[in-house]
Amino acid sequence: MSERFTKGMARNIYYGGSIFFFLIFLALTFHTTKEMPKRDHRENITESVVRGKALWEDNNCIGCHTLIGEGAYFAPELANVYDRRGGEAGFKAFFNGWMKAQPLNIPGRRQMPQFNLNDQEIDDLAEFLKWTSEMDDNNWPPNIEG
Amino acid sequence: MNTLKYQSQAVAKPYFVFAMILFVGQILFGLLMGLQYVVGDIVGGLIPFNVARMVHTNLLIVWLLFGFMGAAYYLVPEEAETELHSPKLAIALFWIFAAAGVATILGYLLVPYATLAHITGNDLWPTMGREFLEQPTITKIGIVVVALGFLYNLGMTILKGRKTAINMVMMTGLIGLAVFFLFAFYNPTNLALDKYFWWFVVHLWVEGVWELIMGAILAFVLIKVTGVDREVIEKWLYVIIAMALISGILGTGHHFYWLMTPAYWQWVGSIFSAIEPLPFFAMVLYAFNMVNRRRREHPNKAATLWALGTSVMAFLGAGVWGFLHTLAPVNYYTHGTQITAAHGHMAFYGAYAMIVMTIMSYAMPKLRGVGEANCNRAQVVEMWGFWLMTVGMVFITLFLTGAGVLQVWLQRLPESGEALSFMATQDKLAIFYWLREIAGVVFLLGLIAYLTSFFVKEKKAA
Repeated sequence: MSERFTKGMARNIYYGGSIFFFLIFLALTFHTTKEMPKRDHRENITESVVRGKALWEDNNCIGCHTLIGEGAYFAPELANVYDRRGGEAGFKAFFNGWMKAQPLNIPGRRQMPQFNLNDQEIDDLAEFLKWTSEMDDNNWPPNIEG
Repeated sequence: MNTLKYQSQAVAKPYFVFAMILFVGQILFGLLMGLQYVVGDIVGGLIPFNVARMVHTNLLIVWLLFGFMGAAYYLVPEEAETELHSPKLAIALFWIFAAAGVATILGYLLVPYATLAHITGNDLWPTMGREFLEQPTITKIGIVVVALGFLYNLGMTILKGRKTAINMVMMTGLIGLAVFFLFAFYNPTNLALDKYFWWFVVHLWVEGVWELIMGAILAFVLIKVTGVDREVIEKWLYVIIAMALISGILGTGHHFYWLMTPAYWQWVGSIFSAIEPLPFFAMVLYAFNMVNRRRREHPNKAATLWALGTSVMAFLGAGVWGFLHTLAPVNYYTHGTQITAAHGHMAFYGAYAMIVMTIMSYAMPKLRGVGEANCNRAQVVEMWGFWLMTVGMVFITLFLTGAGVLQVWLQRLPESGEALSFMATQDKLAIFYWLREIAGVVFLLGLIAYLTSFFVKEKKAA
């Protein structure tokens, strides 16, 4: 077997196989990006949501939290925090109070830093989290706790 | 005693040395974070967790890149049988990359991240604040410049020399690394697209082109320490990386299960990522087979140990621990828990940290003019380092897995209303986190032993 199966054949499988599957990957990616508008509700991305995403990034929120399961595993999942903390009725009020109360300074408890955001910025961040919570991510997470 | 075949290979040395300095930093910040997991407010005001984590992960990525570059500068000229195109360029790029790296880490530590984003003009071209891609845009541009110079230097070397399979695979891997990094500059305002293409950097690096780099380095070291025929080693190198890419490219789908993507990714990702352990298993068989069929007794026993160790640990960390949570119905419950952290730790250590230490173990005695191998005493200390770090990492992984299983049990499996909250769950996991921290200290002791081995000399005869 080892005589008949040569290095040249192995090389061809490598190049041929990789290129073939990479092309399939690109085709599926193309199809996925076509399907995505139905699921991400991009028509609801307002100026406020855009600013909220920038704030999310500029304060490195992903360094402690997960967003749809990706990020650090030190602090709660935030893709569904909008639903977990009051939704339409109560989220914004809760969130404003929460951001201003940090750090909680409970001895031994993990500390969230104080990011000194103003009311407008807190509202933008809330709009970003609200929009995120409304995307169709194939029904993840399994329950409200994230 | 100079045993270098080509004098320009010497440029690899500063890359390896600096990689180890960054490695020490990575581990110290890792220990700090491990402590923050259980004593939440420790130095919280001074070094918040998100900063420590950014330093921990970015140091890892950068020291591995230094390691890969050192490996390339060492093995490409030897494979091509010619001197490096421009050793001066290699040294200049070393200083540029090192300065940019240090400045970026200091930026993380000395100013709040939002300030760093502001002063580096992130609002002009926002690329920051995404996991592993936290570097300021200007640093990212610097990385691209360094990568281009590096690829130019190696490309010119290969063009004028012998084009071996190892060199071609190494080069394809490094070009792929540079090309996929370009997706770091794409940060659309739509989070759905942002997340999808973020994986083009992260997954296609670690489960794609980095495996080519690992395969090429391993093949190079195996040829050197076993003396087995190049034709045989290169044939199996092709087989392994063929399996790696055929499974790994569509295996990207296991990151698309819970994005704003069609549900077919749950099938595509599950099927192809179920094959992803195979190339790693093949790598174990291959490494052990080649060592058993060795035609020479290389005096560097430590390098052989690293070569065997990296294949086994990559199989366990990337292969087995990856498979553990890769099937969509399982991943639905485990996604983003400590299971992921367990897998990430062992996979990075086994596949990438260990492959860099494999080539270092083989090359450093030659780069330092010691000869073919370090003295026996130094090798014994190095092997202590190998075992303490590896056993430490095995236990880190086991304890994080324990934490993850319990987390899934308490927080993910029950219905809403019955499930424990994230923070309440974390309190229940404290014992696992404490044990993980102890395993982390063992790892640090291993790292100290490893670094000490560079300074151990043969006892003078009385």
